[in-house]
Amino acid sequence: MHISRREFLQLLAIAAASGFDLAAAEPGLAATGTHPKGPSRYYELPPFGNVSILHFTDAHAQLNPVYFREPNINLGVASMRGRVPHIVGKHLLQRYGIRPGSREAYAFTYLDFAEAARRFGKVGGFAHLATLIKWIRAQRPGALLLDGGDTWQGSATALWTQGQDMVDAQLLLGVDVMTPHWEMTYGAKRVKEIIDKDFKGKIDFVAQNVLDNEWEEPVFPAYVIRELNGVPTAVIGQAFPYTPIANPRYMIPDWSFGIRDDRMQQMVDEVRGKGAQVVVVLSHNGMDVDLKMATRVQGIDAIMGGHTHDAVPKPILVSNGGGKTLVTNAGSNGKFLGVLDLDVRGGKVRGHRYRLLPVFSNLLPPDPQMQAHIEQVRKPFAHKLDETLATTDTLLYRRGNFNGTFDQLICDALMDVMGAQISLSPGFRWGVSVLPGSPITFDDVMTQTAITYPTVTLNNYTGAQIKNILEDVADNLFNKDPYYQQGGDMVRVGGLRYSIDPSADIGHRISDMELDGEPLAPNKAYAVAGWASVSRPLEGRPVWDVVAEYLRSRKVIDHIDLNVPRLKNVKDNPGYEPV
Amino acid sequence: MTNMKRRTFLKGSLAVGALGVAIGTGLVTPRVVLAAWPKDAFKATTVNDALKSLLGSSALMGSSKVKLKAPDIAENGAVVPVSVTASIDGVDSITILAEKNLNPLAASFKLGPGTEPYISTRIKMGKTSSVIAVVKAGGKLYSTGKQVKVTIGGCGG
Repeated sequence: MHISRREFLQLLAIAAASGFDLAAAEPGLAATGTHPKGPSRYYELPPFGNVSILHFTDAHAQLNPVYFREPNINLGVASMRGRVPHIVGKHLLQRYGIRPGSREAYAFTYLDFAEAARRFGKVGGFAHLATLIKWIRAQRPGALLLDGGDTWQGSATALWTQGQDMVDAQLLLGVDVMTPHWEMTYGAKRVKEIIDKDFKGKIDFVAQNVLDNEWEEPVFPAYVIRELNGVPTAVIGQAFPYTPIANPRYMIPDWSFGIRDDRMQQMVDEVRGKGAQVVVVLSHNGMDVDLKMATRVQGIDAIMGGHTHDAVPKPILVSNGGGKTLVTNAGSNGKFLGVLDLDVRGGKVRGHRYRLLPVFSNLLPPDPQMQAHIEQVRKPFAHKLDETLATTDTLLYRRGNFNGTFDQLICDALMDVMGAQISLSPGFRWGVSVLPGSPITFDDVMTQTAITYPTVTLNNYTGAQIKNILEDVADNLFNKDPYYQQGGDMVRVGGLRYSIDPSADIGHRISDMELDGEPLAPNKAYAVAGWASVSRPLEGRPVWDVVAEYLRSRKVIDHIDLNVPRLKNVKDNPGYEPV
Repeated sequence: MTNMKRRTFLKGSLAVGALGVAIGTGLVTPRVVLAAWPKDAFKATTVNDALKSLLGSSALMGSSKVKLKAPDIAENGAVVPVSVTASIDGVDSITILAEKNLNPLAASFKLGPGTEPYISTRIKMGKTSSVIAVVKAGGKLYSTGKQVKVTIGGCGG
């Protein structure tokens, strides 16, 4: 193990100071040091209760450990203003009693990111996650492992193997149940193939809210009931409700999604009727939608959520007519493992403990079998993946409501290579961070761009059309009602400057649009480059080619001019910490 | 339930502005009878004008007895699935309007005596709008509405 007794004791002290109840855990813990071949004692969690559910989500095909910077802008509007998960940085530390400069501060916030990353190392990686899962499961025999989706997409190898590298990794990891989102972008046929062949008898693929377009009949099983240590436990799947809108509908033309909380209620009643004593919803709604759904559907013990990539240290308890529902969200990119322990007696949940464990790669020895799988998957592509396209002197990251530095690079590349005045790049929440002084590899670029509809486009849009696009996307992010939000962040913009008032209504959020110091003219046409069009399949250059060409020509990225819009009405919003 | 729906589902409602008259449910095979085409109602450019022309009045009473099912965000504005049920006796007709459409009246169904007040159809929507269901019974108009968002799409995740 890579950690000495002394370091471990320091770690414990830090953990205790940060409000994590590690030591509360077990008597004599601090005296025992590390396991000879197991993970650091950091991950010693005393079991609680009799039903345990492990949850990871939105891994985005990151098989290897990564750096992933959490956002410094994650605004909540209307009723969500200042509420979890819309708090960032110092506000988040304060809210959860996490000590600044600690390991947890590094895991849960953007603060001093580059420095903290050097100190605490990478996070995630399936070989490390596998070790952690085995370890936690050894302490909790019969624990169930849930995968919240967005597992098959996000890397070059996932794209080039049509998700097969991740499917095999899920099987090695021992995933029991999953629900989808980006999985659908490989097309209906491929999804069905994996379920019918690879997953058969091993992984339950559940989604109550996917119905066929014609007769509104279920496409997938809505739920599965498993007996965990004698307790019938139901897991109901909730796929990303807006898959055919946020992603190409032509990939899944016969399937309809939506939130369908009325059907969710029916399914909860059905599994309760079949004797389920625990009801868990494995959700890809996004956290705001989960929080609203928890007020409307009764009888759910826990909604374990993803999609919005929120790393939330503690569950939110939501009251509804029928009782109380825990709502969790487990971050992204393999960075976290959620552990929910339930004490079930007399047919009811009597108590719970939840921990969102950061996966610190250097505290967890890689699982040999998973490591071998990862190496085997990457080997045929190694030459391409390892190409250094340029080096960066500045931190590259994506996550946040508006342009991240890696998005800015993509926007700059689109304008430069395509000869456009303005560029638009989707507000995805996946994509890893690259530390200052590091090479930018082709592999890194693919973590930002690896999708099945990557074609670059060049269009002439009028100023009015551009405003319409920005207003439309802003409403998908900042609509006052979470059920009308799609998740994702604001579209990234190159060239064009603008102001935004997230708290305004659609049509009134965007103002002060200018290009090169001149106001944008509503009737004048501008050359706009973009990628990831969802309307129809397109022939043309994939975006990673364009970005790679730009980086090769630049060689060194010495600094990035980040085009963050001027924000209105965000003063004192705890989801906003300008850097 | 599913089979029941199949029997009562009327595919005659696929086109925008279709006017169907459904007679019978359950074991009786539904028949679609075309009535006189209410041209003025379908050409009206406001909800009020369309209702006055079609139903003789635009005095709507909001009612929780009318249930409207429609997506929060349309997956495809060209075919937005909408269904309406009413727990009201003696329903004469069920009408659906999309307020912001150039011509708001989208569909209207006349129901024969003893018909279960349930209709399911697809309507076309040009942009984000309130969708209104109007149930006519005993000479009164009961209604409910819901916002359906039509978006460019993309950029999620």
